[in-house]
Amino acid sequence: MAIPTIEHTETPSFAWRGFTPGPWQDRIDVRDFIQRNVTRYDGDASFLAGPTERTARVWGILSEMFPEERITGVHDIDATTPSTITSHAPGYIEEDSEIIVGLQTDAPLKRAIMPYGGWRMVANALTTYGYEVDPTLEHIFTTYRKTHNDGVFDVYPPDVRRARSAHIVTGLPDAYGRGRIIGDYRRVALYGVDALIADKKRERAALDSRRSVEDVIRDREENSEQVKALAELKQMAASYGYDISGPAGTGREAVQWLYFAYLAAVKEQNGAAMSLGRTSTFLDIFLQRDIEEGLLSESEAQEIMDDFVIKLRIVRFLRTPEYDALFSGDPTWVTESIGGMGDDGRHLVTRNSFRMLQTLYNLGPAPEPNLTVLWSEDLPEGFKRYCAQASIDTSAIQYESDELIRSQCGDDSGIACCVSAMAIGKQMQFFGARVNLAKALLYAINGGRDELTGKQVAPASEPVSGTVLDFEDVMAKYDSLLDWLAQTYVDALNCIHYMHDKYAYERLEMALHDGDVLRTLACGIAGLSVAADSLSAIRYATVHPLRNAEGLVVDYRIEGEFPMFGNDDDRVDAIAVDLVERFMAKIRALPTYRDAVHTQSVLTITSNVVYGKHTGNTPDGRRAGEPFAPGANPMNGRDTHGMLASALSVAKLPYSEAQDGISLTNTVVPSGLGRTPEEQTTNLVGLLDAYMGSSGFHMNINVLNRDTLRDAMENPEKYPQLTIRVSGYAVNFTRLTRAQQEDVISRTFHGGL
Amino acid sequence: MTALAAVRTADLPRAEELAAVRAGEVGSLHSWELVTAVDGPGTRLTTFLAGCPLRCLYCHNPDTLRMRDGRPVHVDELLSRVRRYRPVFRATRGGLTVSGGEPLMQAAFVTRLLEGAKELGVHTALDTSGFLGSHADGRLLDSLDLVLLDVKSGLPDTYRATTGRELAPTLEFGRRLARRGIETWVRFVVVPGLTDGEENVDAVASYAASLATVSRVEVLPFHQMGRDKWDRLGMDYRLADTQPPAPQLVERVRGQFRSHGLTVY
Repeated sequence: MAIPTIEHTETPSFAWRGFTPGPWQDRIDVRDFIQRNVTRYDGDASFLAGPTERTARVWGILSEMFPEERITGVHDIDATTPSTITSHAPGYIEEDSEIIVGLQTDAPLKRAIMPYGGWRMVANALTTYGYEVDPTLEHIFTTYRKTHNDGVFDVYPPDVRRARSAHIVTGLPDAYGRGRIIGDYRRVALYGVDALIADKKRERAALDSRRSVEDVIRDREENSEQVKALAELKQMAASYGYDISGPAGTGREAVQWLYFAYLAAVKEQNGAAMSLGRTSTFLDIFLQRDIEEGLLSESEAQEIMDDFVIKLRIVRFLRTPEYDALFSGDPTWVTESIGGMGDDGRHLVTRNSFRMLQTLYNLGPAPEPNLTVLWSEDLPEGFKRYCAQASIDTSAIQYESDELIRSQCGDDSGIACCVSAMAIGKQMQFFGARVNLAKALLYAINGGRDELTGKQVAPASEPVSGTVLDFEDVMAKYDSLLDWLAQTYVDALNCIHYMHDKYAYERLEMALHDGDVLRTLACGIAGLSVAADSLSAIRYATVHPLRNAEGLVVDYRIEGEFPMFGNDDDRVDAIAVDLVERFMAKIRALPTYRDAVHTQSVLTITSNVVYGKHTGNTPDGRRAGEPFAPGANPMNGRDTHGMLASALSVAKLPYSEAQDGISLTNTVVPSGLGRTPEEQTTNLVGLLDAYMGSSGFHMNINVLNRDTLRDAMENPEKYPQLTIRVSGYAVNFTRLTRAQQEDVISRTFHGGL
Repeated sequence: MTALAAVRTADLPRAEELAAVRAGEVGSLHSWELVTAVDGPGTRLTTFLAGCPLRCLYCHNPDTLRMRDGRPVHVDELLSRVRRYRPVFRATRGGLTVSGGEPLMQAAFVTRLLEGAKELGVHTALDTSGFLGSHADGRLLDSLDLVLLDVKSGLPDTYRATTGRELAPTLEFGRRLARRGIETWVRFVVVPGLTDGEENVDAVASYAASLATVSRVEVLPFHQMGRDKWDRLGMDYRLADTQPPAPQLVERVRGQFRSHGLTVY
């Protein structure tokens, strides 16, 4: 495409030409800018443009590299240069063809090392993939420079260590980057870096006027790091030939400025989820101005977005096999939140919301960026239908309730990772992974001993006695056990986030936040449906504990029937609701690092397989080692009253007690949605309206045939782009482990037969 | 715990239960499901009532054949579920579908159920073979928005071979629906070697075309999903070796319907 040739004067008066003025000009306030300048779009998808020849060629270059990367695990690693914002020389896919530039290292798909999180993880990963561990770096990071991982293990109390090795507290970000922080990358495009530095200096002046006590000192040090990171961001952009000290003057520049900011974040942090925020509608304002000025055609606007998304698709981190077992498929969670409503009742859908989804067609389906539609029944019909159609065609979209999110975080919020809502630039979270509620129940039954090893992990208590489990007795024991679990868990998280702030602080991401930021401590629970069904069995059927020679309860014999979660049956759904409320109340009672606000999620990502592996037989009849259902999903095959009845059980879980999100994944075959494409689209729109209208929070929709997945397991080379949604994110099916593939296939298919 | 808990067995003494059944207050329910796109428009609460007078060789729900295998359920319990799903029906333009088994075996119960749904402003559909159409009185039909009429064959001999019963009552019921102006979707299952004869299909098609209220025809390919159920019930399944129809065959059948000017899926 022809790049618009405008004399760029780097003054707001030029860059902001034509924009409706407002308070956003006098302070950092991206929301105000959007509200005053958005051009809402109520039409359908017919205006969209396909891929240009250039787009197809650049994507083609990368597509040829993906199969080898999938087989070997990594394409290439720079094993000797610890990554910083400015560590690597500029990198290109095909320099003369790129519209949006910038790579994490000097070549596409080449991964960098980020040792501040922990040296051992870097060394393990290098060894795994056959790279030499540089002795000088090893010396530095084991002798002179302490890491986040070192710090955490200096301070963990013994209960945490025991709970961690017993897999009752799991997936903690003590050996990997916590992520789930969304920098407001839009600020760089709207204001330029100099204005952001000036603002940070104002914040610093306010901090300097306060007494130098511990929290103020920490804030000053962080502020100082933020300013340095912003300066490095300018330097990195300059290495690509761009001066981003002032605001962006065109649509392409806005995308480029924003991407540079994001790129700096992913060069500095190997966070579990490195989400993008809510950028499409913001960027539309710049693109729309260019279109109205006659500088840009629709095809050119789409081409800019396609090139941007190509870059987002090749964000890579170096991770260990243990990490991959938890979070499979090499996810980066470049989550982009699209659509949604404003507080004034008007929607925030623009042409660029469509363009972002259109990349799924122009480049083919892909798991990243993690496209997330903030759904409301009040979104314009054309957009709703386009989302549904794209879901049916690509399975690559997740949906979250705009109404629930807006009620907590306002109308300029976005999703970090899978289901964690936050006000962009004003809120961050301390990611806390999750505890295993099903295993906790087994500990309660066994007096705090592990059902697999017999080890005393939780404090010793009275195990169940007799030949039949009594509901009241088990609940009382479970309640005490959960007290211990909540304490141990929050202890662990406080240790982790203290050290993460200290040794692996997200300088650039936090530079793109207000100084006064709301922090949440994002706890989580796994195995909810197993625990609820187990308690339902104990209550409504007769469950006999079976003990081994050491008196440990290792299995159960169930007589009679019991209601199971996922059938819109209040008897058991109420148990699930009680568990969510009960554990949240226990978490809330505990003090948090930096006075973070307590939240929790019902989410597992792909780790439901690993948690199941580490959990013995459960009183619901689930066998030891069998995977849990993902997220808040009912257990596989137990939901027998249709997909929506299953979803409505999940919708009963109160968002107020799980403000970090409640994840539900559904898979349907196309014929289960209707007989014609038209009817399928209409019905999927109706299902989403019905679920969100019933207080449902989140839904992944896979529209797939079981046969397709079977074939993809056997012939991965035939399905390089087969994308499926798993508990809050999309993943390339062929990159899952075999056990995870089996789990996906055995998971309920709602066929409507 | 609310009254909206799962539809539970009506807990009545035997004599009262029988009286309630006669009055149509209690019916025999096999199961319910919230389904999309298969039993009428939108997402529907489909209630499968137990009991059927036909013995279709290809039945994929043989576990619904006997009324005594169902669970007694009070009409109010089902209606409370209908009430609960009203927002779902509104969002998806769906409603209640009464299916089976053959729901007209419990016409009094169905009448109360449909009337209750209409009072709640819910779209109603009846999935029936029409064989017991004479059981449906004016009250029942007045509460119906849509009938899914399963015409299992167009030739009396083929119908008898397929279902063990006569074709005429179904044809008469369809004509009655047309006279009353009740929208009807005709459904036809293509079973290779049983119902797929050109003459048989043409007879169904010309019949469907003769009814002004038929707005669509659904041609459903036979499948073997019901085989396990026959085995489990220890019943003799005579189509064990029948293959699902080839796509070309299904297309041919659809073409026959289309050639009568019908909207076919």
